[in-house]
Amino acid sequence: MEKLFLRGSESLALGAIDASLKFYAGYPITPQNDIPEFLSKELPKVGGKFVQAESEVAKINMLLGASACGIRVMTSSSSPGISLMQEGISYLAGSELPAVIVNVMRWGPGLGGIGASQGDYHQATKGGGHGDYFVPVFAPYSAQEMYDLIIKAFDVADEYRTPAMILVDVMISLMKEKVLRRYDKGIKVKEKKWAFGSKKEGDQKIIKSLYLKGNDLERHNWKLYEKYQKMCQKEVLYEAYLCDDAEIILIGFGMIARIGKSAVDLARERGIKAGLFRPISLIPFPERELENLSTKCENFLVVEMNTGQMVHDIKRVVGKDHNIGFYGKPSSYAPNPEELYLKIKEYLEK
Amino acid sequence: MKVVYKKPEVLKNINFHFCPGCQHGLVHKIIAEAIDNFGIKDRCLAVIGVGCGVFLYDYFDVDSLEAPHGRGLAVATGVKRARPERIVFTYQGDGDLAAIGLAETVHAANRGENVSVFFVNNTIYGMTGGQMAPTTLLGQITTTSPYGREFQREGYPIRMAEMLATLEGVAFSARVALCTPKQLMDAKKAVKKAFQMQIEGLGFSFVEILSSCPTNWNMQSLDAIKRVEEEMIPFFPLGIYKERRVSDVL
Repeated sequence: MEKLFLRGSESLALGAIDASLKFYAGYPITPQNDIPEFLSKELPKVGGKFVQAESEVAKINMLLGASACGIRVMTSSSSPGISLMQEGISYLAGSELPAVIVNVMRWGPGLGGIGASQGDYHQATKGGGHGDYFVPVFAPYSAQEMYDLIIKAFDVADEYRTPAMILVDVMISLMKEKVLRRYDKGIKVKEKKWAFGSKKEGDQKIIKSLYLKGNDLERHNWKLYEKYQKMCQKEVLYEAYLCDDAEIILIGFGMIARIGKSAVDLARERGIKAGLFRPISLIPFPERELENLSTKCENFLVVEMNTGQMVHDIKRVVGKDHNIGFYGKPSSYAPNPEELYLKIKEYLEK
Repeated sequence: MKVVYKKPEVLKNINFHFCPGCQHGLVHKIIAEAIDNFGIKDRCLAVIGVGCGVFLYDYFDVDSLEAPHGRGLAVATGVKRARPERIVFTYQGDGDLAAIGLAETVHAANRGENVSVFFVNNTIYGMTGGQMAPTTLLGQITTTSPYGREFQREGYPIRMAEMLATLEGVAFSARVALCTPKQLMDAKKAVKKAFQMQIEGLGFSFVEILSSCPTNWNMQSLDAIKRVEEEMIPFFPLGIYKERRVSDVL
């Protein structure tokens, strides 16, 4: 197990290679460019294929083709590029093809800006593309989690035959930290019997998302829903930090959770029993865990780098009887721990 | 007794769903014959675009992947990169390939992706009910050009075979039709040639097939065939626009 000092983006790309990534299609967009740059150099060394596509639209469909052949596939982009790929993500979900999509979020709507943002929570968790499907979404908060969660995303994508997403902000992506390369000898991937092999074996294989006959489509959509239900049982990831005796719990994901941890420590030093709850899987959302916390704690403060998106899920789960505060920063300037501490204090004094 | 004619082996024993007089069935058959000819049935992987050809997998006993509308050649790129040993072909109509999927088509051609493309040009969106396509001829009435296509308003019909022939990555580009026995023979040769290019690894091969659509043209079958000859061929001339040889790439 190698110990490395890596940027989040490099850690994620290295994790993808260790997870046996064999096909990556990319398109330049800031601030995710260091991922395709790294993979264009490293992927061919391990027998993988790197393609720079003519568009975001083309690259997600290249993934669809390569994934149907049973290899692990991935792409990365930033917000406007993810919007363009929604068609393909919907087709991947409908065709039950595994793929990993990384969104290093930037600002929107439109061209927005290139700074750290969490503006795509809704797009990532509430669909984005057309149709009735769920895409598992993981939100890393360190370079180590960039490595660990990309591997997790590949495993979940294969297990459930679904596209999976990493939703991350540029702060985590560009921050350099210690990373344990847990799988430096690589990961063995199970053979996919449903996929196209070197030649036709036995019956013709058809991979498609068009269902016109009878109630085939209804059955298909319930099947996709059952996969989501299974994910809700088995794939929920979260961290509860100092929540057991907390009088107030801060909730945030990604960079906000990272800053929030320092703010919680600061509050504890200054006599406020604060805790932090961070969803790591945004789909499936850690609903039961949050519900359990809401029986012990009354005060929740949700912090996001947007005008309030995940907070709606918190309200839905925790219910109306609780005090749910919200602090949003729809700008590239992340709050510092002191600022969050003051928000905690202000909230409790109200 | 000598067999002089039989149904291609790669075709299943199922009747085509196509409208009377439509030439998609004929296009299916000549592709099937070429697959039989090279004995590549098990290696073939069809990437199927959205349009009247979408049910190709119901008729062909080959592994098949459905592509989103227009994205056939991006999907085919992914397939061929992942499985270079497979013989990959796309089957696309003019709305799919020349309108919404033009970028994917041109760039796959320019990269020289080693795949074969069968492009059915019937100057119309067939499956959605006869709307104007990029290939719709000037003056042609469709459900979305009720006054006839006019170049000041809708531009000119696009000539794909000529356009792709200009790209370095293209190994073979031809336009064929199916109205006369001679045209049919030439079409069969072109389709075979496209597969051969791929088998030899020469790059992107493209066959544009002019086809009739009596239903959406509001015509009798024979009148529709006549229209291909009298109106389409003068604007979309038949012929081979590019043909690369092995020696060109050595």
